[in-house]
Amino acid sequence: MRSVEDAVGVQIPDNARIIRNLLHGAQYQHDHIVHFYHLHALDWVDVVSALKADPKQTATLSENVSNAPWGGATYYKNVQARLQTFVDSGQLGPLNNAYWGHSAYKLPPEANLMATAHYIEALRLQAKAARMHAIFGAKNPHLQSLVVGGVTSVKDLTPDRIAEFLYIWKETQDFVKNVYIPDLLAVASFYKDWGAIGGTTNFLAWGDLPTTNQEPESLFMPRGVILKRDLAGVKMAQQESVTEHVTNAWYEDGAPKHPYKGETKPLQEDPEYRPGGGKYTWFKAPRYEGEPCEVGPLARVLVAYAKGHPDVKAAVESTLSNLGVPVQALFSTLGRTAARGLDALVIGNAMEGWVMELVDNIKNGNTATYASWEMPDSAQGVGLNDVARGSLGHWINIEGGKIANYQYVVPSTWNLGPRDEKGNLGPVEEALIGTPIADPKRPLEVLRTVHSFDPCIACGVHVIDPDSNEVYKVKVL
Amino acid sequence: MEKEQKQFAERLEQKGVSRRDFMKFCTFLTATMGLSSSFVPKVAEVFAAPKQRPPVIWLHFAECTGCSEAVLRSMYPWIDQLVLEVLDIAYHETIMAASGYQAEENLHMAMKKYEGKFICVCEGAVATKFNGGYGKIAGRTFQEIAKEVVPKAAATIAIGQCACFGGIQAAKPNPGGYVSVEEATGVKTIKIAGCPPNPINFVGTVVNYLLLGKLPALDHLGRPLFAYGKTIHDQCPRRAHFENDEMVEEFGSEEAAKGWCLYMMGCKGPETYNNCPIVKFNDGTSWPVEAGHGCIGCSEPNFWDKYTPFYEML
Repeated sequence: MRSVEDAVGVQIPDNARIIRNLLHGAQYQHDHIVHFYHLHALDWVDVVSALKADPKQTATLSENVSNAPWGGATYYKNVQARLQTFVDSGQLGPLNNAYWGHSAYKLPPEANLMATAHYIEALRLQAKAARMHAIFGAKNPHLQSLVVGGVTSVKDLTPDRIAEFLYIWKETQDFVKNVYIPDLLAVASFYKDWGAIGGTTNFLAWGDLPTTNQEPESLFMPRGVILKRDLAGVKMAQQESVTEHVTNAWYEDGAPKHPYKGETKPLQEDPEYRPGGGKYTWFKAPRYEGEPCEVGPLARVLVAYAKGHPDVKAAVESTLSNLGVPVQALFSTLGRTAARGLDALVIGNAMEGWVMELVDNIKNGNTATYASWEMPDSAQGVGLNDVARGSLGHWINIEGGKIANYQYVVPSTWNLGPRDEKGNLGPVEEALIGTPIADPKRPLEVLRTVHSFDPCIACGVHVIDPDSNEVYKVKVL
Repeated sequence: MEKEQKQFAERLEQKGVSRRDFMKFCTFLTATMGLSSSFVPKVAEVFAAPKQRPPVIWLHFAECTGCSEAVLRSMYPWIDQLVLEVLDIAYHETIMAASGYQAEENLHMAMKKYEGKFICVCEGAVATKFNGGYGKIAGRTFQEIAKEVVPKAAATIAIGQCACFGGIQAAKPNPGGYVSVEEATGVKTIKIAGCPPNPINFVGTVVNYLLLGKLPALDHLGRPLFAYGKTIHDQCPRRAHFENDEMVEEFGSEEAAKGWCLYMMGCKGPETYNNCPIVKFNDGTSWPVEAGHGCIGCSEPNFWDKYTPFYEML
């Protein structure tokens, strides 16, 4: 949408910008909560161990570390009984056959029970949080009120709708502040060694959430690129510096191309994976000035931190001091997982102000949500922003009023893309090097790092035991 | 009987559900399914405490996981109740804790243990060109997996446009030769169409199965009539504007602000069968036309080809 708006040269109204920011903000809150609790927590939390916890001690722990609205021995006793009934049924459903009891799980039973209880609470909270999207976006998933030129939900700019949004925002942000962040810190305190595992080198954020019609200057989460972990050397990121490589991807060979010139020509054959060489993935390999870059919450937080964003700086510093780890610990699996929480915290906090801005506009009689535009015969445009998983870019060429070429480079392509023609590793591959694995047949540690990127794919990872040189194929889901 | 009712209430309380909440949910679901109110207590029984939770094997093919996400938003019942107390989700790639060999093992164990008894839910389309080579999991093609698992199920539910009709990857030029699960396997599927569908229609179908021991009445495409029996247009709160020829001709216009008919903005409501205007999404919060955007026809076969450009009048 932004790429077409750029191509046709339309400036969206202030209200459309705010509503889009609110929808994006809600997405950050929602996605990060779901990722932490439902897609990542069980790499750190042993649910089976929670059955051994003492509910009273769990209540005490919970009161000490969090401000969760639920708690007390009875609450934890009930959660534990519910789990026990589930386990006793012999039908373990999604919990069946995981790496429970693995030596890399470090939490005491009480912390496991607390986290499991919050896993269940978060399941309900996320369903409620998604209603923010429905208010201004028709439904979630797959919103349907966004159009080139603005948003269509003009009839939802009413006091009752805005109040409803605000209430759900508050409940969600209270969860982030009082449950998510405290849980994150509590769990992290048992896994500080992960502050030195799973790091990468370069970081790219297109930035997001424009606070005026000036981009990138007014982006609440700023645009920037950090190469070789040089925080002080953070610089503005330019879309012109992006290329995509297809040497190792199942596309017809060609030189690296900028997305405006990009091609998507899948091989007309059964794309077999051949160990030991050749093409091996559907991902292209995106590069910035020829370098692979990690994108996502960690990149976003690092760029904002390096640029001195006051909210991000305060959140990062308090987290580092709480855990007693140095700033270098950010370049790790632990740093990536923590950054996701801080991203939700900082963006979520800012949303209230944006709602009030919307209210002020309406008070002053400004209810415009759409600006009209005309399709030119020929044009090109780029749309850059960040989404929960990281930097997203769309590039469009228009000829004869129709799409002549359309390319997008999405977060998981940056993070999970293959080696390029020079053999440079993609970020996830780089991050996995040197991961200590206690048991190659149950590589829980690999899941921790892969999941920490919030990959938008079920992907194949190969683990080699240096002693036996045995290759295990592990599907990370 | 009295004792059973008491136990039932206790079980509910243990699960943190008040009797009032529970009956509200049962009534809502019963109404969505078009059953008479005398069914309410029976719906309650189905969800109270089955002796054995019905096993579900949920397969992912070429898809975006939006349908799984939609089901995660279920509030009647809550998703944690669906997972912990109502169903036995024996295999689901997104939510299962197991990975790698252990994940594959779960699939094979469940298939063996519950052969002929499990509900198979398929999300996504199946690649057929180049021996199905464009879509693989653990070295096996979607086609091989679908052909192995689907015929062993008691019933197969295709969830979402992709599993029902092929979806976006089956749109022209369809480089991987993607088809629906039914076409890939030759097994009739019940189709919960939409991109993504409303989770209430998925849950309603499952309840129908648990309650009556059979699948709900279907239309000629295999979609449950309780959800897909009428067009959007026939149920649309803006229908009177259509009849009065009160049309929106541009977004951002006075007519758009008044909430007039979106037919001229390309709304596909007249040809699309779904219950969006009645049940709405996310706890009845809204739906596309309410948010000022036309229906894009996402529960109709091949809507990506048939109904684009979306903003052109039917």
